[in-house]
Amino acid sequence: MSGLSQALWVLLLGSLLGLELIGKVPPTLHTPLMSGANAISGITVLASLTLIQKAGDNQALLLIGALSLGFALFNVVGGFLVTDRMLAMFRRKGDS
Amino acid sequence: MTNFLLNAGNLFSDGNLLSHSKLLTDGIDLVAVLLLGLGIKGLSKVRSARGANQLAAVAMALAVLGLLIEIRPEPVAWLWIAAGSAAGGLAGLITAQRVPMTAMPEVVALFNGCGGLASLLVAVGVALFDSADADIVALVSIAISVFVGAITFTGSIVAMAKLQGWLNTPAWTQSSLRHGVNIALAVLALVGAVLLPGDPAGLPLWLLVIGSSLLGVGVTLPIGGADMPVVISLLNSYSGVAAAAAGFVVGSQLLIVAGAMVGAAGLILTQVMCTAMNRSLLSVLFGGALGASGATVGGGGSEAGYTRITSCSPEECAMALEQAERVVFVPGYGLAVAQAQHALRELSKLLENHGVEVSYAIHPVAGRMPGHMNVLLAEADVPYEQLVEMDTINPEFPRTDVVIVLGANDVVNPDAKSDPSSPLYGMPVLEVDQARQVFVVKRSLGAGYAGIANALFELPQTAMVFGDAKAVLNGLLSELRSMGVGKAKVAA
Repeated sequence: MSGLSQALWVLLLGSLLGLELIGKVPPTLHTPLMSGANAISGITVLASLTLIQKAGDNQALLLIGALSLGFALFNVVGGFLVTDRMLAMFRRKGDS
Repeated sequence: MTNFLLNAGNLFSDGNLLSHSKLLTDGIDLVAVLLLGLGIKGLSKVRSARGANQLAAVAMALAVLGLLIEIRPEPVAWLWIAAGSAAGGLAGLITAQRVPMTAMPEVVALFNGCGGLASLLVAVGVALFDSADADIVALVSIAISVFVGAITFTGSIVAMAKLQGWLNTPAWTQSSLRHGVNIALAVLALVGAVLLPGDPAGLPLWLLVIGSSLLGVGVTLPIGGADMPVVISLLNSYSGVAAAAAGFVVGSQLLIVAGAMVGAAGLILTQVMCTAMNRSLLSVLFGGALGASGATVGGGGSEAGYTRITSCSPEECAMALEQAERVVFVPGYGLAVAQAQHALRELSKLLENHGVEVSYAIHPVAGRMPGHMNVLLAEADVPYEQLVEMDTINPEFPRTDVVIVLGANDVVNPDAKSDPSSPLYGMPVLEVDQARQVFVVKRSLGAGYAGIANALFELPQTAMVFGDAKAVLNGLLSELRSMGVGKAKVAA
């Protein structure tokens, strides 16, 4: 199996998994789910890190990589923390 | 310099060169994907949501760790990694702590735009400096990543600016001229994408970047504030697609899986929101602002349009509450703007002590994103069992004594059921007009977020209580207290 077709399989199965995983969500959780999923989409950090590594001594590419890493991490860190802040507020009756 | 996708080929298919380190990093990747999946699944249940979010964060950290073990950055690379991480991480930390809950939609849009920008930058970087021996698959991946990343970036930033009120909807974007402009921009981007493989680091790349960026602005700008949640959710899905495309560019299966999962999840959420607002995705994207068309169809939603308005004071409202057995609050975004959630919680506690049955009717798109109102009320310690969804509470309205609408408007408009000429017609609404008595707390008779007149205000059982939601609620509280409500029962 070639690298490309394997990657396309991964894409297909990942999409199907995504559709299945969040089939039913109570409306209460739509906003946190949106911001949580948004944080996960910041996984582009992996691409940014790879780019920095491949840059070698190319200053311009290092700069682009670091910028992209910064923006992606802003998305990840901010996204997870904001989601946590929202979810921390959901309490049941009687919880203190 | 090496071509990423050739390396990717090794990563994907090399079976006989497995070293221990490769086994380790592959194992870490697999665990990370598993945890990400469990995280997304757990986020769909109230009990497990918080843990699931933390699980996803751990998965992300694992994925980064695995990659760092695999690529072993050199000291120079470490320096740049540290700089980028420190800046981005710190900014994220501060933003997340400072942002008020009411501004959540804007912040999600901002984060989302930055994710798109990151994918865009990676693709542009590879195209500029590392595409000398790239094959056609890599080049197509770069084109897709630039296109989706740029649209996600500029679209999210426009969405944020519109939600913040920094940007209005310019008049020309409501004419059909915008379709011509957007088609021209799309063609520009497409020309860039088609020519890209011939000259990856040259003019075609910039055509693609500029065309897609402007297209992101062009498609988001005409969309009205009421539809913005749908747009943010869709852009959230795009940022997943952009991440997956970046995964193809740098050859990372993990990135492809995670991006695809987020893309699919975003699509589902978008669909849910469209259903709740009775809007098709196509009409949201190409139909222009809801309010603008409503003004022409409905003859204007201005104050002059109302003729049979009854208004009343907080005292009268408090007397009605004191007599009631069953009270339903309908909170809207206006409540959150007035920061009145805590006053509302106090009022409902007082009524509960008085023996009144209290619940909150939550429209699927209350607030400005689905679930936004739940978050805002949770912040005020309202137990989520008291938050009742639309389909459950609608049959209950006929036996409800008093409904208090706080800063909500379009989601309680009975025209949506009865007036086919209303732009809201067909949208599921809370049927508060079925209740015995309705009080609408509102600052003025101005039109709602979508700019449409509300027939509820003119019904005989409706009375308007004019004022800021927080001031009115505090007025109700002091009125009820002076009547001795709550105290007697507590003492007894």
